[in-house]
Amino acid sequence: MKLTLKVWRQTSPEARGDFVIYTVDGANEEMSFPELLDLLNERLTAESSDPIAFESDCREGICGACGLMINGQAHGPQRGTTTCQLHLRTFNDGDEIVVEPFRSAGFPIVKDLVVDRSPLDRIIQSGGYITAPTGSAPDANLIPVPKDDADRAMDAAACIGCGACIAACPNGAGQLFTAAKLAHLNLLPQGQPERPKRTLAMVETMEAYFGSCTNHGECTAACPKEISLDFIAMLNHDYRRARRSR
Amino acid sequence: MPPGSIQEAWDNHRFSVRLVNPSNKRHFSIIVVGSGLAGASAAATLAELGYEVKVFTFHDSPRRAHSIAAQGGINATKDYHNDGDSVFRLFYDTIKGGDFRSREANVYRLAQVSSEVIDQATAQGVPFAREYGGLLDNRSFGGVQVSRTFYARGQTGQQLLLGAYQAMSRQIAAGNVELHTRTEMLDVVVDDGCAAGVVVRDLLTGEVSSHSAHAVVLATGGYSNAFFLSTNAKASNATAIWRAHRRGAVFANPCFTQIHPTCIPQTDETQSKLTLMSESLRNDGRIWVPLQEGDERLPDQIPEAERDYYLERRYPAFGNLVPRDVASRAAKAMIDDDLGVGPHRNGVYLDFAEAIERLGIDTIRGRYGNLFQMYERITAEDPYRVPMRISPAPHYTMGGLWVDYNLMTTIPGLYAIGEANFSDHGANRLGASALMQGLADGYFVLPVTIGDYLAAHLGEQPPPTDHPAFEAAEQEVDERVRALLAVDGRQSVDHFHRELGRTLWQQCGMARNGPGLEQAIHEIAALREEYHADVRVLGDGESLNQSLEKAGRVSDFFELADLMCHDALYREESCGGHFREEHQTPDHEALRDDDNFAHVAAWEYSGAEPHILHKEELIFQNVHPTQRSYA
Amino acid sequence: MAVSGIVLLLFVFVHMLGNLKLYLGAGPLDAYSRWLRTAGEPALPRETLLWAVRIVLLAAVVVHVQAAYSLTRVNRRARPEAYRSPRDYVAASFASRTMRWTGIIVALFVVFHLLDLTWGTANPDFRAGDPYHNVVESFQRWPVAIAYIVANLALATHLYHGAGSLFQSIGLLFRRRRAFATAFAAVIAAGNISFPLAVLTGVVS
Repeated sequence: MKLTLKVWRQTSPEARGDFVIYTVDGANEEMSFPELLDLLNERLTAESSDPIAFESDCREGICGACGLMINGQAHGPQRGTTTCQLHLRTFNDGDEIVVEPFRSAGFPIVKDLVVDRSPLDRIIQSGGYITAPTGSAPDANLIPVPKDDADRAMDAAACIGCGACIAACPNGAGQLFTAAKLAHLNLLPQGQPERPKRTLAMVETMEAYFGSCTNHGECTAACPKEISLDFIAMLNHDYRRARRSR
Repeated sequence: MPPGSIQEAWDNHRFSVRLVNPSNKRHFSIIVVGSGLAGASAAATLAELGYEVKVFTFHDSPRRAHSIAAQGGINATKDYHNDGDSVFRLFYDTIKGGDFRSREANVYRLAQVSSEVIDQATAQGVPFAREYGGLLDNRSFGGVQVSRTFYARGQTGQQLLLGAYQAMSRQIAAGNVELHTRTEMLDVVVDDGCAAGVVVRDLLTGEVSSHSAHAVVLATGGYSNAFFLSTNAKASNATAIWRAHRRGAVFANPCFTQIHPTCIPQTDETQSKLTLMSESLRNDGRIWVPLQEGDERLPDQIPEAERDYYLERRYPAFGNLVPRDVASRAAKAMIDDDLGVGPHRNGVYLDFAEAIERLGIDTIRGRYGNLFQMYERITAEDPYRVPMRISPAPHYTMGGLWVDYNLMTTIPGLYAIGEANFSDHGANRLGASALMQGLADGYFVLPVTIGDYLAAHLGEQPPPTDHPAFEAAEQEVDERVRALLAVDGRQSVDHFHRELGRTLWQQCGMARNGPGLEQAIHEIAALREEYHADVRVLGDGESLNQSLEKAGRVSDFFELADLMCHDALYREESCGGHFREEHQTPDHEALRDDDNFAHVAAWEYSGAEPHILHKEELIFQNVHPTQRSYA
Repeated sequence: MAVSGIVLLLFVFVHMLGNLKLYLGAGPLDAYSRWLRTAGEPALPRETLLWAVRIVLLAAVVVHVQAAYSLTRVNRRARPEAYRSPRDYVAASFASRTMRWTGIIVALFVVFHLLDLTWGTANPDFRAGDPYHNVVESFQRWPVAIAYIVANLALATHLYHGAGSLFQSIGLLFRRRRAFATAFAAVIAAGNISFPLAVLTGVVS
């Protein structure tokens, strides 16, 4: 395959960036998107030009490290797929592919396609946990959890923290990530005691970094784990209730 | 080894270790390197206890550690299924699965605390799979005949890691853990024979700095990426443990590497990594190859009678659920005999047709939906209709830094936990035991045993970071970085890594022999020399430079690969994942030599050959080493 | 946003419903108009209820506009650097992405609408207390009819997103929210746009 890549290059957070156009020969359909960038980087190294910085670690769609805007879509055109699981068979020989970093005030660019997503960690630190000090746990079967609740909690917990929801949202809103994290814990009996406190803290931290939801639905469409918008309704519900009880 | 019977050993030990009283804990600082299951659970627990903890990870977030990719499950001796499980059975299965090359006391303790790990994770909100009654569900894994594996769909590692990460996040918010992301540990500092801290490099600014502490815990995972193509994440590396080894920590059983049987076969030369498909698939999938060599028919055109369900045929008692080493070797034998399937004839089939017919497609989707989807993404084939193709790939390393019962390395004050140590899995790890071990070490073992070392140092301060030992280590790190940048050769880091991996896979992979290993040692030495003369690392050391990060890691892989080959050459027997072709039974099973090799081979760094060997004899008082049989 | 939106949604619906009396002729419409002013009498003074509703509506508009303004500001701040390549939206609809503009169009229209049919300032043939006459006179002017139709299309687009979105925002899980919003927007648009068409085609005169 021969592909033309239009890649955002930016040497540092403060530097002015711009697109640079590369033609890549010798790609094949089996390759994943990061492997295409690897191939290009090998060539750039041979030509003594700085390779493109991008993040990708597990390359099996679970670590959440990768994440690029590919042709105007977070993680590219295939639904429910991370950048690392996007294979070139999705494209046609001769295509031009535009690659840009995720953009959000909460995700400042570090270099080229690498962004800083640490606000996601800060949302978790503000309350995204169940306080259960090691050693204090009762027997795991002491509290039965209805299968449906456990399954829904797992649906939410599948979030890989890649930030695509925020990158894809026209508002740069952080609702889907926060909602998934909240729903995971708020749906389980173990998560009830801290539910109001957790909800308030996480929503308020989210608001400090990100935009606000107007229900476009782009987040779910971009989410590699296809996490449902229903969890945002649940976030709003829990937030209202928590505010009333404050 | 603590006194008393194996059942009482951990209790006795917990009673006899020195403790640090709660108000004194805040006077001790502990560095934890790595934020996977072992690192995050240890950091959270140590911080809860009151220690002052610093955590370092090279990732942008602690949640990206490769533990997150573990799919199938975590073992525990709950016996919720009333199928005859017990602490002793898990202990026995693990010792036997490891082909009698692990330490009895450690494994027994692991089995004992396994149950608490499940309680802990459940309390943290890990959404384990449940039955309709609301109680926890289990499934089976390879090498055992009971259902003791807890799971959260095909994302058990992710969910357990999130639990530990969330617990650690709570401690970060409380100010008890200081987190350093995008910071890579590049050296351990040893002062007066004891661990005094680490030297790290900020991956964004290139700044090299030192951090001192009373104790250092390495939770940096395994070294499968020495093979270049493995199921590990791209950035997983051995630098932390290798640097500790160079500073005096003894490295145990480096040749014990696990080749996982159910990975997606390689498709081409440019492939950057291999993807694992959970072992749990073998619960319902049947493995087969055509009976006829070189059969080019599509799978659905091969009638039942012309298929060889070779695992079911050879191992009727365990069938498709034999341990990983056995399944991998059997697959390799089939592929070597030109019975392989797929476009490159490099895989075997894992077929769900029978299970779909028996259980219905919805049940199969419920159990493995996300795995099937992942397979489909990568191969563009639909495993609901066409059998999966699988082949073996490097996946886990049982070897690692040698640790005592306290999980302390041979450098006092330096600990290794999780995959980074060698302790519990012998020559082969059973499925769903890595998560169990990482969390057992981090939540329940280390937080107790570390007190024994710290208590003796009450009132002492670790050396300041301007101490000569730190300055010397920083300078060495600086020089290493500069040397890599200065080579300015012609080939990329990946080129060398790929070559190293090829040699290691061919000679020190699933089957090894004396001449091949000797050849590998020469090839690795030559390649390493070429690397330091011809590698090209562009850019500078003062900003984000991913080639430079890789270059440092590959440097260390070269040295480790050499030690792996030496260890494999030394171990003149076959056991678990270490298969020496010279040592096999008439029906090609691994042939152990308990008279000469019932020991841990622990290597001390000497800076040059020969490597210095220490032996820890393995004494079996509770199980009797037998020829492993899964027939 | 959602709560004020619900108030306005109710108003838009009732307003459309009431105006359907246009088809019953001048008598019923004028009677309805008189009732709006006298409702609540004699317990309450004349127009009390009307003003109460007007105040609630005005408050809802203020809240709605203020919320929209602050949302816009928050969201602009959340992505100060726009994407440099064209976005390829998958889920975000034309309606959801143009709420700001359809909102402004509707707001401007409401001002004109009040000037035209409530205060009569913008209607040369305005007769106080004779709404049937005023409506017919107004819509017989082509530009007014067209502006009315355009504004109602903007309103329908606004409702198409807003009427579905509000369930999410108040945290109510309603699976058929899209269907509801589509139906609601269609009914409002059909009802409202039928008035100028009826006048222009002479069905109502």
